Formats: sequence, C-alpha cells, structure tokens
Amino acid sequence: MSQLLLDVNGLTMQFGGLVAVNKVNLTVKNRQIVSVIGPNGAGKTTVFNCLSGFYIPTAGSVMFKGKEIAGMKDFQISRQGLVRTFQHVRLFSNMTVIENMLVAQHRHLNTGLLAGLFKTPSYRRLEQEAMDRAIFWLKEVDLLDSANRESGNLSYGQQRRLEIARCMVTQPELLMLDEPAAGLNPNETKELDELIIKLRDEHEISILLIEHDMGLVMGISDHIYVIAQGTPLADGNADDIKNNPDVIKAYLGES
Amino acid sequence: MSETILYLIQQLINGLTIGSTYALIAIGYTMVYGIIGMINFAHGEIYMIGSYITFIVIAGLLGMGMVSLPLILFIALVISVLIASTYGWTIERVAYRPLRGTNRLIPLISAIGMSIFLQNFVVLSQGSRDVALPPMISGGWTFGDPSLFEVSFSYMQLFIWVATFVTMLGLTLFISRSRMGRACRACSEDIGMTNLLGVDTNRVIATTFIIGAALAAIAGLLLSLYYGVANPFIGFMAGLKAFTAAVLGGIGSIPGAVLGGLILGVTEALTAAYFPSEYKDVVAFSLLILILLFRPSGLLGKPEVEKV
Amino acid sequence: MGKLYNAIFSAGVAFVLACLMIGVKLNTDGTTLQVTGASTEQWAWIIGGIALVFFSQIFADQIDTAFGKIPKPTVSHFLPEGDKMAQLKPWLMAGVFVCMVIWPFMVSRGSVDLATLALIYIMLGLGLNIVVGLAGLLDLGYVAFYAVGAYTYALLSQYFDMSFWICLPISAGMAALFGFILGFPVLRLRGDYLAIVTLGFGEIIRILLNNWTAVTGGPNGISGIDKPALFGLEFTRRSKDGATLFHEYFGIDYSSSYKVIFLYLIAVVLVAFVIFVINRLMRMPIGRAWEALREDEIACRSLGLNRTAIKLSAFTIGASTAGFAGSFFAARQGFISPESFTFIESAIILAIVVLGGMGSQIGVILAAIIMTILPELAREFSEYRMLLFGLTMVLMMRWRPQGLVPMKRPVLELK
Repeated sequence: MSQLLLDVNGLTMQFGGLVAVNKVNLTVKNRQIVSVIGPNGAGKTTVFNCLSGFYIPTAGSVMFKGKEIAGMKDFQISRQGLVRTFQHVRLFSNMTVIENMLVAQHRHLNTGLLAGLFKTPSYRRLEQEAMDRAIFWLKEVDLLDSANRESGNLSYGQQRRLEIARCMVTQPELLMLDEPAAGLNPNETKELDELIIKLRDEHEISILLIEHDMGLVMGISDHIYVIAQGTPLADGNADDIKNNPDVIKAYLGES
Repeated sequence: MSETILYLIQQLINGLTIGSTYALIAIGYTMVYGIIGMINFAHGEIYMIGSYITFIVIAGLLGMGMVSLPLILFIALVISVLIASTYGWTIERVAYRPLRGTNRLIPLISAIGMSIFLQNFVVLSQGSRDVALPPMISGGWTFGDPSLFEVSFSYMQLFIWVATFVTMLGLTLFISRSRMGRACRACSEDIGMTNLLGVDTNRVIATTFIIGAALAAIAGLLLSLYYGVANPFIGFMAGLKAFTAAVLGGIGSIPGAVLGGLILGVTEALTAAYFPSEYKDVVAFSLLILILLFRPSGLLGKPEVEKV
Repeated sequence: MGKLYNAIFSAGVAFVLACLMIGVKLNTDGTTLQVTGASTEQWAWIIGGIALVFFSQIFADQIDTAFGKIPKPTVSHFLPEGDKMAQLKPWLMAGVFVCMVIWPFMVSRGSVDLATLALIYIMLGLGLNIVVGLAGLLDLGYVAFYAVGAYTYALLSQYFDMSFWICLPISAGMAALFGFILGFPVLRLRGDYLAIVTLGFGEIIRILLNNWTAVTGGPNGISGIDKPALFGLEFTRRSKDGATLFHEYFGIDYSSSYKVIFLYLIAVVLVAFVIFVINRLMRMPIGRAWEALREDEIACRSLGLNRTAIKLSAFTIGASTAGFAGSFFAARQGFISPESFTFIESAIILAIVVLGGMGSQIGVILAAIIMTILPELAREFSEYRMLLFGLTMVLMMRWRPQGLVPMKRPVLELK
C-alpha cells in the first residue's frame, strides 16, 4: 500500500465560540492534485492556515509523510516539504525576482557568518547551486528575462507565477495553492492549468488546491473535497461532485 | 494604625494622584492606536506644551492682577486645551495624514521627527531651563498619629482626582452618546468599512487626535500645578510612562488606559518609597517590557488575531 | 473658493500655534514667574510664518508640481555604467582610502578631530542601518549598545588595565551580548512596540549607568581612559609607567597632533572594516533574509525562514557595530559619562539613516558626514540643530522616504 503523503483527520479550528473548521478529513497521495472547494467563507483558507502552521488547530491530527505536524511552528512545517502560496500574493516586492528565489532557499545555503565573510568553497558551491535552481525554475515559469527586475513591478500574472516558482525552489513534496487563479485572465488561467499538471507529471510533486474557478478545478483535480460552513460536505472525483445534490444545494442555495 | 500602614496609605494617595494624570495622557495613545493602529510618538510633547501654556496663562493673569483662583484656573484650562488641541490636530495633518497607507515605519519616523521638533521648538522659544510657579492650591487634611507618621492629603491632590474623574466622565459620555463618539467606536472596529458607510473617517481621526491632545493638556495643567515646575524635556518621560500605562491596560481600550495609569502610578510611588527614587523609571520600563512579553494585549485589551 | 478658505484656516491654525508659544516668553524673576511679550522682530517672524503658511496653502498644487519636477539624483547618474563601473570600483575604493589616509597630514588638528567624529557616526549609522534599513526593525535605543561598548572599554581599562586593542573585540562582543539578551524576548513584538521597548531599554541602561555610582562613577562618568597605543608605543608626552613613547621611539619632537592623527587613522581602518563586513553581509543569505523579513514576514515564515533567528542576527550584529564604535569613542574622548548616551543620540543616528536612505550604505555615509560637519560649519545655527533634525525627518518621510541616496538593488549575474 502506498503511504499517504498528507493525512488529515478530524481537523477542527475554533476561534472563541466560532467553529471555523469542523472535523475535516482529507488525504493526498503522492503525485496527486487534490482540490478543496466550497462557497465563500466556508473555511478553506482556515484549513490551509492550520495545515501550514499559521494557526494551531484546536483538535485533529495532520500527518505529513507519516509524521504529526499539527502544532509545529510554520517555518518548521515548510521545512518538512509542505509549502504554500497566499490568496493575496506575498512577494518581497522591493527585492528583485532572483533575490526572491534565493531567499526561498535560505535553509539550503551555508548561512554561517564566517563562511560568507571569507567566501569558503562550500559557501560558493551552495550559492551557485541555489543560483542554478533559481534559474531553472525561473525558466520553467518563463520569468528568466525579468530576473533582475524588482518583483513588485511585475504584472499580476507574473507575480503569481513567481510565487509558485519561489515555492518550488524550496524543493517541496506538497505544494498548497490558495486560489492561484484569482485575478488571472482566461489565457493566464490556462497557462496556470498546464503548469500545475506539469508540476505533478514532470516534477512528481503533489498539489493541494483551493480554488473558486470551477473549470480549473474540475479539469485537473484527481480528487475534490467540498466543504461548507467549515464542515465536510462531499468528496470524490469531478463527476461525483458535479452530480452531488448536496453540493449543488450548497452552491446555489436552498431552493 | 502602625507606621508602616500609614506610610503605605500615603504612598497610595501619591501614586493614585500621579497615576490619574498618566491615565489622562494614556487615553490619547490608546484612542489613536485604537483607530489608526499607530503610536502617536509626539503625544508626550503635547502634554509638555499644555504645561507651558498653563504657566504662561497663569503668570500672565497674575501679572494683570487677577486674583480669583477659580477664574484663573478656568481660563488657563480653556486656553491650554484649545492650543494643545490645535497642536494635536496639526501633528495629525503634518506627520500622519500624508503618510497614510505607506509602510508602517514611515509615519513612525515622521512622528519621532515631530517629537524632536516640538521639544526643540519649546527649547528655542521658551528656553531650556525650568520654569517654576509658586503653589496655587495649598493646604489639605492630615490624619494619622503625629508621633508615628502623619498622612497628608492635600487639596491639590483632591483637585486632581476630581478633575480627572470629571474629564473621564465627560469622555465616556461623549463616546457613548454623541454622533462623533459612535463614529469613533465604529472606526476602531473597522475603519475601512466605516468609511464605506459614508462616515468621514478623516474627521474621525482628526477628532481622535484633538481629544487626545485636550486630555494631555488637562494633564499638563494638573501636573504643572502639582509639581510647580516644567521644562521642555518633561514630555519625553511622561509620554513613555503614559504609553506604558496604555499598554499595561490594553492598548485600544479606554478603561484599560485608566486602569493602567493608576496601577503604574501606584507601582512607581511604592518603588520610590522603598528604593532609591531614580529606580522608579527603571521599574516602569521593566513593567512595560514584561507586559509586552507575557501579555501583549494588556489587562483589558482584546488579543489580536493575525490575519494571513 | 475652497482653497481660500483652506488657506485662511491654516493661517489661523498657525497663529494659534505660535501666538503664546513664541509670542510670549516666560521669565523667572526671583521666585515669581513673569511673562513678557515677544519683541517686534519676533512678531515679524510670526507674521511672516503665518503668511508663508497662507500662501503655501493657496499655491499648494503649484508647489507640489514644482517639487515633483526637481530631479531626484541618484549616485548612479554620476558614475559610469555597469561593466566599466565594475572595473573602476576597486581603483575608486583604493583611491578614496589613500586620500583618507594622506589627508590628515595636510589639514588642521581641528579638522582631523571633526573627521574622526564623523567616522564614529558613520560606524553608528552603518550599524543602525542593518537594524532599521535592512531588517526593518525600528530600534530607538541603539545608543544603549554604544554605551555598553564605551563602558566596557572604560571599565576594563580602568580596573584591569587592559589595552584598547584587546578591549575592542570584547566591547563589540559585550554589546552583541546585550543585543542578544534584549532581542531574544522582544523581537516577536510588532514594529511600533519594538520601537518603544528599545527606547525604554535605552533609558534603563542610561539610568543604571547614572546610578551605579560605585562602578560607573555615576553622573561624573569615567575619566582618564587610556588612549590606544601603536604596537605598545604610547602617544602621551610623558610615560606613565615606563611604556615606550611614540615620539621617543622615532626620535621626533612631541606633538599632540600625532595622537589626533593616529586616532583618526584607527577610525578610518575601523570604518573600512565595518563597511567591508556589512557589504559582504548584505550579499550573503543572511542579508537577503533580513530584507525579506522587512518586506513580508508571513511569506518568510511560509518559506521556512526562522524569523526570530534572523531578526536576532540583525539586532546582534547591529549592536556589536555600536559596541565597536562605543569603545573607540571612549578611547578618543578619554572621558565618558551617561550624558553622552541620551535618547537624542539615538535620534541623531536614526536621522542619519533616514536622511541617507534606509538600506543604502553610501547614503548613510554621506548623511553621517553632512550631519556632523554641517553643524560645525554653521555654528551660529547650532542651537537650531536638533530642531532641523526633527524637521528633516518629517519632511524626508513625506517627500523622499527612500532617502537622499536610495538603496540600489544588486544586479546578479545569471550563469
């Protein structure tokens, strides 16, 4: 039996009296694209924040590669190989594109003070490797020409791609994308679509996706979870979801 | 009653007196913070300017031969509140409003610049030496055992307590009853939304600065009568203390600022009573650091939820 | 019409602000406090100021466009482009360094002394630039670390007779230790809280120095601190404890300016060292992480950066630079007291960073030179110095928050 990459059980998040996420179960296998959908305010981003360690879940377990990560600090979780993007792009906007890519690899570099001051061979080698990886990923997302531009000056679509590249350069096993198509035009959405599939097929990582754009979700997901008002509603492949009466009700309202 | 207890009572009276003036200044910090989420760094200087204006007006009226104490105090109060409020308004217009929406560091630095500017403005216009006024309100009650320790509670202290109480009452009524007060409360919940609902948030912010400055001017008046001296540098320390009080009570919360002010005043008085008095400042700052570390939301503040 | 109303209103405000605070002066005559009206000249100034406010409001739009038209020069305009620059740079640096070394032998003692002071401020500015400009942490108690450095050397020299050269790294280390101890708990605080806490810390250190009389001498400070020696050669006129003297060793006449020049040269070397180290740091992973943290803390965390460790390193390295400058300051002055380490000093260093351009090394160096030399050139305005510092900070934040010489992003070669 292949081991689950991510196994979430009974995830619950409470803010005071408000239950934002209620007993959500979720699994992601290797090389799988999994989507979480739901109406606005359903608690999707809260699920993400719990998984990535920005919130400490009130209850439930989050197993990543067979290891409990619920309660770990956010930066420790991302070091395990679980990296996320944000609904509103978060770039280091006064820094150049390539600097963004290098910062992301911070923990892979020789950060010793003396090593850097004297530029030891190991320091140089790691810097060069980081540079190579950065260039590789900038090529993948077609941003190499803009490498020395300040990232805040990029177009919105480019910023989205840079954010994904910046995650990929940390060599994750699970990439979590929070509404990556928000604000993109149809053309850019299609490119994003292709990029996500490429990440799974060529780079062999898994992707967990929150998305509003149904077209994108239905087209590429191997498995879809629907949550409404913080509670799991349904899960299955695209066809199951499309024909599920509960889901239709949740989206279109009681009729 | 034993000597120790009498001594302690005396320190409590002194501490509550100073503490209530800290509370008045602290309200300015807490209200501004509640609405724009920023520390008004120049707020301590407003208090200092309020003190100076009190001195100027009182000395002027005495020089003109006015003798009625209540009238002198009333005129001093009106003028110092008026001018200090104008300073508060100007600070907002010059150092904060043009910088809204920029990186947080920028208005902060601008306000520090403002604070340095105002301090040196007073140094240049009024000189850097102490100005002193003979006591205006003297006398008081004493009780306790004359052979052990006599506790004194002066009329001046009573005056400060009453004045603080009345001011707080007025502020509470303003915030809970008036239209502007309601707008202030709405802004501190969600300024963007309040703006969308058609409230002129610029005016609300300006009003907040003005109210804060008015209260600081009242504190300036009370403390300049109490201590009888002022110099251009008193604003720095008083500002820091009042900020500590605001944080102690929970920044953004007005009752918190009052509570924080009183606690800080008493703590300082007790420290000064049992240790060399220079260390009372150290105690105040250490208190500030400890609170920020262990309970950043203060005693009565709401904990902040980080938005991702 | 709105504009006229605005202008009248602003003029009215200006009048209220000025009428009592400038128009009336408090005098203490014996025990009574008196007020005197300002002189006609002062009133002329007040009215002039009000008129200025009035007209600047009337012509606000024109002034704004005029400001917009003023070219904002960057250093790159005056320097050759790209590759050529890369070739020239080492020569340029060497040239500047040589000039810095030769220069003191040709000018007056006073100038050399002033230059030494400017160099101290350069060190402080560069150190604070790491904390404020790069890492985006507003440290208002920076002077505390300067004080720690100065007192470390002064005390070690006084009680244990240790030499400047041994104390220099120890002072930097002590300051770094203080930075670490303070930074560890406070660095998770939000920006403005951090500012206040560091301010409070600065005051605590000063109060402790003032009151711990048995060790620090309290307000009287510590005097007679040994000056640095050149490989054991001292620069005093007469030998205290049989140490070899500089002028005797070289067989030249004693001159006090040797000492001044020697101190200046030490400062040049220290500044060069600090510039080298910080330059490297800025291009190292840690330097990039500082800036990333300033830009977006949440993104940093999501990428696996440990923010506490990164902030702490900025804070500690910034503090150690101040400690470095502090021990040199103590050695140069020969006398230190808590007076030298007030909040005003922190504010001046912050003004240097802000004026020069947060994050910009060249900017900070230029600003430090301007801020130390300008008040000396315009002595008659010296009482206006702090007033103008404050004003500059407000105006810079409004019209040019990136500083005189904005920081330039490094262009990385892609290969």
